[in-house]
Amino acid sequence: MTFLVALPVLLPLLAAALSLVAGRSPRVQRLMGVVVLTAIAAVAAVLLVRADSEGPVVLRLGGYGPPFGITLVADRLAALLLLVSALVTLAVLIFSVGQRITDFGRRTASTAFHPMYLVLCAGVSLAYLTGDLFNLFVAFEIMLGASYVLITRRVTAQRVRPSMTYVIVSLTSSLLFITMIALVYTATGTVNLAAMPEKIAALPAGVQSSLAVFIVVVFGIKAAIVPLHFWLPDSYPTAPAPITAVFAALLTKVGVYALIRTQTLVFVHDDSWAVLLGVALVTMLVGALGAIAQNDLNRMLSFLLVSHIGYMLFGLALFTVIGLAGVILYVVHHITVQGALFLVSGLVTRHTGTVSLQAMSGVARAYPLVAVLFAIPAMSLAGIPPFSGFVAKIALLQAGAAVGTPMAIAVTAGAVVTSLLTLYAVTKIWVGAFWGPPTEPLPDDDPNDDVTVGTGSTSAAMLGATGGLVLISVLIAVLAGPLADMSARAAHDLLHDEGYRSAVLGEGNG
Amino acid sequence: MTINITMAVTLAGLYSIGFYLLMQRSLMRVILGIVILGHGANLFLQVAGGPPGEPTFAGTAVLEAMVDPLPQALALTAIVITFALTTFLLALAYRSWALLGHDEVQDDVEDRRIAEAERAAREVEEETPESERVAGFEAPEAPESRPGEDDEEARLR
Repeated sequence: MTFLVALPVLLPLLAAALSLVAGRSPRVQRLMGVVVLTAIAAVAAVLLVRADSEGPVVLRLGGYGPPFGITLVADRLAALLLLVSALVTLAVLIFSVGQRITDFGRRTASTAFHPMYLVLCAGVSLAYLTGDLFNLFVAFEIMLGASYVLITRRVTAQRVRPSMTYVIVSLTSSLLFITMIALVYTATGTVNLAAMPEKIAALPAGVQSSLAVFIVVVFGIKAAIVPLHFWLPDSYPTAPAPITAVFAALLTKVGVYALIRTQTLVFVHDDSWAVLLGVALVTMLVGALGAIAQNDLNRMLSFLLVSHIGYMLFGLALFTVIGLAGVILYVVHHITVQGALFLVSGLVTRHTGTVSLQAMSGVARAYPLVAVLFAIPAMSLAGIPPFSGFVAKIALLQAGAAVGTPMAIAVTAGAVVTSLLTLYAVTKIWVGAFWGPPTEPLPDDDPNDDVTVGTGSTSAAMLGATGGLVLISVLIAVLAGPLADMSARAAHDLLHDEGYRSAVLGEGNG
Repeated sequence: MTINITMAVTLAGLYSIGFYLLMQRSLMRVILGIVILGHGANLFLQVAGGPPGEPTFAGTAVLEAMVDPLPQALALTAIVITFALTTFLLALAYRSWALLGHDEVQDDVEDRRIAEAERAAREVEEETPESERVAGFEAPEAPESRPGEDDEEARLR
């Protein structure tokens, strides 16, 4: 059974290689992508059931005992996120296939897209499943390397600089990551996350907290925490809509996951975490206010993404079981909702030919279905009952109120304000894009450029994929009870990590 | 563990040169900054293994004299990754140069749009080409922006 843990990483990598070989027949590539991602979702579901009933599933690669060998671990949190991510990547893949078919003058599938997309999925899976710090670095590099290719594919003069910013910022954070690994190894002599806590605990307090801060900075760049968010609203909107959707849904969340994993498992909680609460508050407010100032639909969504990273940080900084349960619920909700919103943005720009909210109008009258597909995730993002965002936000607010320190109360209030600001921002999108008389789509200025803007018809696959994601977000609200229980159990695991550690280290001969 | 002062100084030098170059306006220098920073990080990973010792082959030396092989394996992996990504970055820089014809990192367009909106509010009489260019970012049907010119203006400001 434990071999299942390796499949979410191995399958997409193998399929990526085959997909490259089959570059000449787009149909085989598409089929392979869809089959592999469906398989990952199935494997993730099995792992989730197993991790929930029998504890973490551990695989030691090559039979090396811990803490020397590479371990893959699927506990509740990892399996849950793996499942949601697999579903989102599947929906985005179907959307991109749909967009490519209907593209004017872009009939040929690119040889690079499918292999790179699968490599990206492999990187995301490895990041969730890995049990050591260096492997986490490798996972980030697999994921980011693929994302560099996807964001710069068919690059044009207008897009080349923003993608350059993205590549350079990500590379810098990766180099800081290597530095951090070197520091951690010098201090503890291990890179295995499960073996690290007791070594860390033996260090002087100053060294402990500087390592913790360093880790927050490294993953903070990846997760786009204010003030390390500056690169995100510049670079994400320049990629084609489905690519932006998968970046927004997954890449930042992997950063958040890495933060949760390292901070709960490795480091000891102390009073200095109040600083993290402050950072969470600033992230929420700066993101939401930044979103309101925007006129570009995709930039606005990107700022909202930054703002909602603040919520996840808030729950993590509270460091209680209900706080972390809220974070897990929030991450699951946000992956689907943010992905769905960027896909809808892809549909809208396809119909209007522009990303400017001032220039577009009347989508609701011309395409009512698109308006519905926008309204549900948008209200969910703003936290209006009965959608999934409400469930997740209530969990976080309760956790904040339960902690009850002045700082926690302040951030809880800030979270409510941010929720209102988010509502204002999505209302602005609604008024700009969906209300008013329908306008003629602006002409496609460059038919060979599949940027965010590009007028064309939409296909059933694009609508279906977006609808599927919206449906998943509705399902999250419907299944809120069992999901909240699952999150609470996962959060309990995170704070009482003996189970994780003994599962990883226990039976080994190391 | 003991601290190797030569390595510490070398690392400090590599990191400071790397970060200094990263702050530069010219793209080529930024890339060189990434390369040097990469060298620094990989060397640091190597140094993390402790002082040099005997090779780690069974039966060739006593266990205590052997070096820690793990950081070497990690450094090797990290070197390969930074090498591959540097190659990609160079290719991208070449493409950027071919498309834009210059090597300067530009200002953030959206920040400039907001700054220009403020400026326009202060002094209402603005030249027409300026306002046309601002509109170019909002509505893609307008004539394409001229990055070279933008840059000239950015530098003047």
